[in-house]
Amino acid sequence: MTTQYQKPTPEINDENRAFWEGCRQGELRVQKCSNCGHIRHLSPACPQCLKAEHEWVAASGRGTVYSWIVVHQRYNRAFEEDLPYNVTIVELDEGPRMVTSLVDVENQDIKAGTPVEVVFDRVTEEITLPKFKRIG
Amino acid sequence: MSLKDKHAIVGAATTRFGKVPGVSALAFTVEAAQLALADAGLAKDSVDAVLCKYPPSGFQGLWAHKVSEALGIQPKIAATIDQAGATNIGLVQYAMMAIEAGLIETAVCCYGDNPLSGPPGTYSKPRGPEGAYGMFGAPSGYAMIAQRHMEEFGTTSEQLGHVAVSTRAWASKNPNAHKRDPMTIADHQASRYVAEPLHLLDCCLVSDGGAAVVVTSVERAKDLNKPPVYIMGIGQHHIAWDLPQRPTLTTSGAKISGEMAFNMAGVGPQDVDVCELYDCFTVVPMITLEDYGFCEKGEGGAFVENGTTGPGGSIPMNTSGGLLSESGMAGMQLIVEAVRQLRGEGGERQVDDPEIALVSGQGGIMHSHATMILRN
Repeated sequence: MTTQYQKPTPEINDENRAFWEGCRQGELRVQKCSNCGHIRHLSPACPQCLKAEHEWVAASGRGTVYSWIVVHQRYNRAFEEDLPYNVTIVELDEGPRMVTSLVDVENQDIKAGTPVEVVFDRVTEEITLPKFKRIG
Repeated sequence: MSLKDKHAIVGAATTRFGKVPGVSALAFTVEAAQLALADAGLAKDSVDAVLCKYPPSGFQGLWAHKVSEALGIQPKIAATIDQAGATNIGLVQYAMMAIEAGLIETAVCCYGDNPLSGPPGTYSKPRGPEGAYGMFGAPSGYAMIAQRHMEEFGTTSEQLGHVAVSTRAWASKNPNAHKRDPMTIADHQASRYVAEPLHLLDCCLVSDGGAAVVVTSVERAKDLNKPPVYIMGIGQHHIAWDLPQRPTLTTSGAKISGEMAFNMAGVGPQDVDVCELYDCFTVVPMITLEDYGFCEKGEGGAFVENGTTGPGGSIPMNTSGGLLSESGMAGMQLIVEAVRQLRGEGGERQVDDPEIALVSGQGGIMHSHATMILRN
């Protein structure tokens, strides 16, 4: 990487390290509650049974578009050349939803319910962002 | 135990709104509290609770204590509450509970901030890890909600525009409103996108200013300056979860907090003469009207078309211009406007003889909601 990556990056901590390590390895991981089996995305405890114990499992990487926006305002200089760009909520087939963005799509072609699958964007040595592209 | 009709708002005031350089959040808060006490005809020594929403421009611990010091009061209760835009109705509710419990007699609930002239960028910070994808600021969150409402119910941007246009029509009758220039649907549609589907004119203002109300028991309220405005019903509900994990984006805390308030008051939407509904973005009062039962879920877009909520409409809403046009501050001014309407102090924007007013507050990205029903 010849130029410094300027956009904000997530802060890795003990609670989310396995998620970001998975992304680095090309695997989208979710937390499966060891007690009740509920699947969650980046939450310190199971919102169903409140137990913290969990295992990281590979998600299918597939989901559908739930909602999206197209950002026109420059909030952060690092995003200037991307304007206008989409930010999208994807509902994973396993249930949890996550904020992400869609790649390889024109903004006007984004539609709710569109099937998508994960792609990985390695933005720094440490951080690989999961993004999504349309299937088919 | 019902709190219906046991407490009253006896003082209500706003400061100047708009761009007011050189006045701190603390100074606005004190000015508003002082004006509200003067409105009530109460000396500050009769205040035994100071309840505050913290100013988002600069969070400070012990904020209500700083306000108390500036007011020269050592109250029995001083508390700073964080329910974002639902806080100010929450403050009134906590005041009622403390009065009912016999802990205090009179509370001042006050708010002030200077986000326009003060520290920049207050409302455009990244929202946690979403910043990695370029999601910043409140408009982005509410745009996700608006998009989903459009998806599920066919709501259009023009329908959102009717909320902005009707609200501006009210503001044009309010000499203290931050924005008074007339607005058309074409103006709304031509305004730049902030976060699509929301245009700039779907978004509330950023304004300096302050507002405050004084709450006491109906017994204490009897011999004060002005006729009491009675609190008939009040409720809160907190969706709480962040956008992605929320079961639905198109129903807000207005549904349950509204049911609580209407049930306590023993009235329904058909009994409401004037609404002051939190309008940080145009989609918010639309969803609030649906959740309160003024129309069916999903029909908010059609409901607000053609001036239903504007001057001369069947449901006068945000008669001082709301957050969209009067002042972007977080909702205390809506309570003040409801009080003024019920007292007949609305001037050019006065609704004909209203008896019941409905006020809402909403905070975060629809995380929190509070509802209050008032009568004269």
